[in-house]
Amino acid sequence: MTRPRRPGISRRSTLALMGAGAMSVAAPWVARAQAKTIKIGMPTILSGRVAQLGTSSRNAVMLEVDKVNAAGGLAGRQIEMVVRDSKGQPQEAARVARELVNTDGCELLLDGEASSGSFAVHEVARDLGVLCIHTCSEASSLTADPKQHIPNAFRCVRQGIHDSIVGGSYAAAISKAKGLKKWATCSPDYAYGRDTTGEFTLYLKRFAPDVEVISESWPKLFQPDYTEVVTKILQAKPQALYSCLWGGDLTSYIDQANIYAMFSQMEVFAVNMADYTALTVVKNLPKGIHSGNRYIKTFPTTPENAAWGDAYKAKYNEYPTNWSWQNATAVMFLAEAAKKANSTDGKKIAEVLKGLTIKCPFGADGTVTMRGDDHTLVGYAIGWGTTIPQEPYVPEVKAGDWKTIFELEAEWKKSKGYT
Amino acid sequence: MTLSAAFVWLLAPRRARCNESAPVDLDALTGCLSSSACLVTQTTSGLIIGMLLFLVAVGLTLIFGVLKVVNFSHGAFYMFGAYFAMTAYHLTGSFALAMLAGAAGTAILGLIFERVFMSRVYGADVLMQLLVCYAFVLIFDDVVRIIWGPEFKSMGMPAAFQVMPLFIAGGVVPPYYLLLIGVALVAAIVLGIGLSRSRIGKVIRAAAHNPGMVSALGINTGLIYGGVFALGGMLAGLAGALAAPVRSLTPGMGFSVLIESFIVTVIGGMGSIVGALVGALLLGLIRSFGSLGFPLFTEGLMYLFMVIVLVSKPTGLFGKEAA
Repeated sequence: MTRPRRPGISRRSTLALMGAGAMSVAAPWVARAQAKTIKIGMPTILSGRVAQLGTSSRNAVMLEVDKVNAAGGLAGRQIEMVVRDSKGQPQEAARVARELVNTDGCELLLDGEASSGSFAVHEVARDLGVLCIHTCSEASSLTADPKQHIPNAFRCVRQGIHDSIVGGSYAAAISKAKGLKKWATCSPDYAYGRDTTGEFTLYLKRFAPDVEVISESWPKLFQPDYTEVVTKILQAKPQALYSCLWGGDLTSYIDQANIYAMFSQMEVFAVNMADYTALTVVKNLPKGIHSGNRYIKTFPTTPENAAWGDAYKAKYNEYPTNWSWQNATAVMFLAEAAKKANSTDGKKIAEVLKGLTIKCPFGADGTVTMRGDDHTLVGYAIGWGTTIPQEPYVPEVKAGDWKTIFELEAEWKKSKGYT
Repeated sequence: MTLSAAFVWLLAPRRARCNESAPVDLDALTGCLSSSACLVTQTTSGLIIGMLLFLVAVGLTLIFGVLKVVNFSHGAFYMFGAYFAMTAYHLTGSFALAMLAGAAGTAILGLIFERVFMSRVYGADVLMQLLVCYAFVLIFDDVVRIIWGPEFKSMGMPAAFQVMPLFIAGGVVPPYYLLLIGVALVAAIVLGIGLSRSRIGKVIRAAAHNPGMVSALGINTGLIYGGVFALGGMLAGLAGALAAPVRSLTPGMGFSVLIESFIVTVIGGMGSIVGALVGALLLGLIRSFGSLGFPLFTEGLMYLFMVIVLVSKPTGLFGKEAA
């Protein structure tokens, strides 16, 4: 006769659980002691509305890490990536980052968070002293503001202020050539939308002083319908429109503006249009929208860049995003710095990273530099062009001039009291 | 700044405040009201927003009127309608089939949802009903994520509607929006007449009033409840399908629409179809004209209007006292 099993946890499974628990607590210690693999932690957004960007970040990192590992690893140690979902929430990003270092034994951090989360991860890096490379946050103040500066954090990302300078000067040149004096703006109503639009118009007016903004619209972030905004802009009859709507908001806006024939009535400057996530989704992409480059495999027009875009597409069956190239570049920087330092020690890598210039498919001249004084990426390919409805989507991109960017950036920093 | 100074600043002409986005822009509003071009454009823009909202809200109000449950998961049917339409459109290339797939698919989904899950909580506490619905909001969003992926999608405007907009009295009206308003109007009329004149309509109204008596007369109330739920789901699905060519599709897209339909039903009166129509159109017009006159307070205006209605007539504009 068998005794019926009582519900609950048996002695055997309790023991098994305890064993597993002990193993998982001991595991990081084992990994560190063996010192064979090096764990790199990465909090990023893998669920929610912008999950696609986080996934594309992880994809790009894995693409590059595989190359580094195949070539012998980071100063001889194979890289093991530990990627965790922060759900896009700053407090969760900070918790995950701390856990990756303290519990999982990650020795380096790649911070794949949007701006809101990156500041939280930055504080964790400040607290723990672990080497941290921000790979997604474009908020200028993250590195421009000296209060944020710490020796162990770097930003390998395009920067809002750079985009505004290049966008402003590009738009001003077209304004002058076509006589576009009356402008309207339409951007999402949150910090990014307001700041980016403000900086863009600032530089637009600087380069083309007779430009006037006659209408502003601030739809909510993730608003489903823009019809009232579209018709409001049509009433104002501007000659040009600037928008920093992005992703699904931008594609909704385009679909809704399209049936009002808005794009034939004014020049449209949408900084976030030339991103494959938006370009490939919009079914009836109007011709001639001006956009900044996010990631596009035709700019820079080098075989290296095209090959990288194709390799990514071959592996993941979709095109990379702006977040992808930034994350890939971060791994390239890590590999090069570890090689130069001949070490995986965060402090030694940080020393080498300062001012380091590496060969990179995304560089304006084939190289990118981690600027020494504010630990931020410069020299990356940046420019604006106009769209066509099919591949290559943005056939020609007019490159921004880094000399002008540096001059105006220095001026902007002074005006903000950063230098 | 004193209060009166603030008031003067608010009402100062736009130019005087040099391009700062103004919370109140009465110049633009009065300018628009005196121009036929602007009136036509903004009115149609309000009608489009209103009509789509009506289709969602009327299902909500119908389900509440008959079944006495607040279907918190109603936005999911709007979402499914859009996704069904997109898939059908991409498979067949036919816009008519896409609309049909959006409406029929959500009707079937509504029927299954009502028979399998909602019918079990009719007698239960309101909180219980709310929790079941909320659980399904999350489940349906994840189902969409699993089937169609987490990234946003776009259906694309059918070639037949990719034409220049019409110019009526100087105002701009896209042909697609005329169709959209037309379909919603037809749905409203059919629904109104069907409920008041037809035999089924009478049975539904009777079931809403006294389900025990209807059941005692040998009428299958379960069938009526399922049918009403399917009808409500179908209308929301139709709204989603009609919106699919112009709005991007994402998991969770039903939520903001749901909130606005709740405002509509509160303004119009829970359970009233005429109320839903009037409430939805009012809300659409508030949005379209509000965005001109009160660019930073358009959302707030809707809620303000709701508060005013609630204070002056707590049952809503067309709600019956203790129905």
